[in-house]
Amino acid sequence: MSQDALAAPDKGGGLFDVLRRRDLLRLIVRKELKVRYRSSVLGLLWSYVKPGVQFVVFYFALGVFLGLNKQPNFVIYMFSGIILVNYFSEAFGQATRSVVANAALVKKIYLPRELFPVASVWVAIVHFLPQMLILLVACFFFGWTPTIPQLIGAAGAFVIVTMLSLGLGLFFAAANVLFRDSENIVDLMLMMATWFSPVLYAWYLVRDTLGETFYFFYQLNPMTIAVELFHAAFWSPTSAVRLAPEGARLPENLLSLWLPVGLLISLLILAVGQSAFRRLEGRFAQEL
Amino acid sequence: MGSEAIVVENVSKRFNLRHTRSLKETVVWLLKGRRGDLSSTFMALDGVDINVEVGESVALLGLNGSGKSTLLKLISGVMTTDSGTVRTRGKVAGLIEVGAGFHPDLTGRENVFLNGVILGMTEKETAERFDAIVEFSEIGKFIDTEVKFYSSGMFLRLAFAVAVHTNPDVFLIDEILSVGDEPFQKKCLARVQELRDSGCTLVVVSHDLDMVSKVCDRGVVLRQGKKVADGPIGEAVSLLREG
Ligand SMILES: Nc1ncnc2c1ncn2[C@@H]1O[C@H](COP(=O)(O)OP(=O)(O)OP(=O)(O)O)[C@@H](O)[C@H]1O
Ligand SMILES: [Mg+2]
Repeated sequence: MSQDALAAPDKGGGLFDVLRRRDLLRLIVRKELKVRYRSSVLGLLWSYVKPGVQFVVFYFALGVFLGLNKQPNFVIYMFSGIILVNYFSEAFGQATRSVVANAALVKKIYLPRELFPVASVWVAIVHFLPQMLILLVACFFFGWTPTIPQLIGAAGAFVIVTMLSLGLGLFFAAANVLFRDSENIVDLMLMMATWFSPVLYAWYLVRDTLGETFYFFYQLNPMTIAVELFHAAFWSPTSAVRLAPEGARLPENLLSLWLPVGLLISLLILAVGQSAFRRLEGRFAQEL
Repeated sequence: MGSEAIVVENVSKRFNLRHTRSLKETVVWLLKGRRGDLSSTFMALDGVDINVEVGESVALLGLNGSGKSTLLKLISGVMTTDSGTVRTRGKVAGLIEVGAGFHPDLTGRENVFLNGVILGMTEKETAERFDAIVEFSEIGKFIDTEVKFYSSGMFLRLAFAVAVHTNPDVFLIDEILSVGDEPFQKKCLARVQELRDSGCTLVVVSHDLDMVSKVCDRGVVLRQGKKVADGPIGEAVSLLREG
């Protein structure tokens, strides 16, 4: 027989428990993807088709038709920001719904409950990679010559968005068990996310029209920092931007100051989200 | 080192009777300085003590709503106690309901793997036991069909087959021995007896008193959240039959 000691059943190692049960995480992710693309001919190919079409629509509808293509490589500027926001929206939105969606399991079998938000973020990454690939292909087409620090900045942006969406996702997933209002609050937040970072406009418009103080707080938003890091890595090293008279106008100290600030803030949000999740976790099974 | 597999000490569990309070109601309640009770509560378990030795098989009996499923959920860790402690030794498999982790859109094969890992096996162990699981369930050629096309009996067979092949140290069974048709029920019963004879600790909840008499040596009777009897299975069953 087992030589284990008597122990309380709920060990609750939080996110570390998820690491210990990687097998299960992988199977849950696979299940999510299978279920999402059940009886679909193209399956995961859809995650290439959708951003591909999005790119073409931006180029023609906004660029040619609205004349935004006069800005150098406007379409790269927009697309690199949009895919980060897409990633954030899917990761955060799905993570928020994940615990309630898996109520049957949560109520009946003990699993580290963090598994569900983490799996949602993972699925979002699986959908993010094809968009990233389309961005890269487009970048090469527009004469892309990045430097190493710019690429490190892009990797940092990915880490920022991942920690941010997981942290917020953990917090709102737990809140969602108690109040289903959370889903709607999150939808509102996601609706605004595109406008609280410089995705569809340039960052200096915020500084010039709303002033330095407002801009400082605007700049503290980790999503803003991440989007700007993506602009720095993918848009500014394309040839038309490098050759443009005003060059790539990017916020100062992006890599030296704002990257660490963004990492720190999103890490803090992750810690808060995780601890809120753990405090409410004990009530999940009886409230669902 | 003692030889208890499960120690339940003075455990109480209280539930809210009204879950559907809105955010608005809660905010108002908080603003009023948490005055008054937001929702009335109800004691589902009230100071329950149970010690189960390693290798023992215990039946948990009681009328509907007496707190049996709640107690199993506390032991498996799905819910947490309000007061008192629960401790267990070794790997606990709680079968509060068969097929809880099954997804209708996955095939039988995919569900076996998913559920095996959910119930605490590794992917490799599940693969090793896969043939035994399919053979036990007698699902045969339907294993690669999506589970939503199974008859409800077939679904339960497969779910039960996965569960009884997980080899836990402590096995918590809630109302699942009555799945399937008569021959399959006999097979389930035989499998559970085999688990018991191999030294596995069992806690069985069931309303089928003849069946529990065959599987368990000891019976615990709950009434409205309190333990009212704990002794040889025969006595517990006759207490319940007399009402
Ligand atoms: N999550 C919950 N929230 C509120 N009340 C609950 C919750 N879960 C159980 N209860 C209540 O606790 C009591 C005990 O429920 P439990 O499921 O443990 O009964 P049981 O002994 O398993 O009954 P049965 O024989 O019908 O399965 C019931 O009155 C039930 O309404
Ligand atoms: Mg019950």
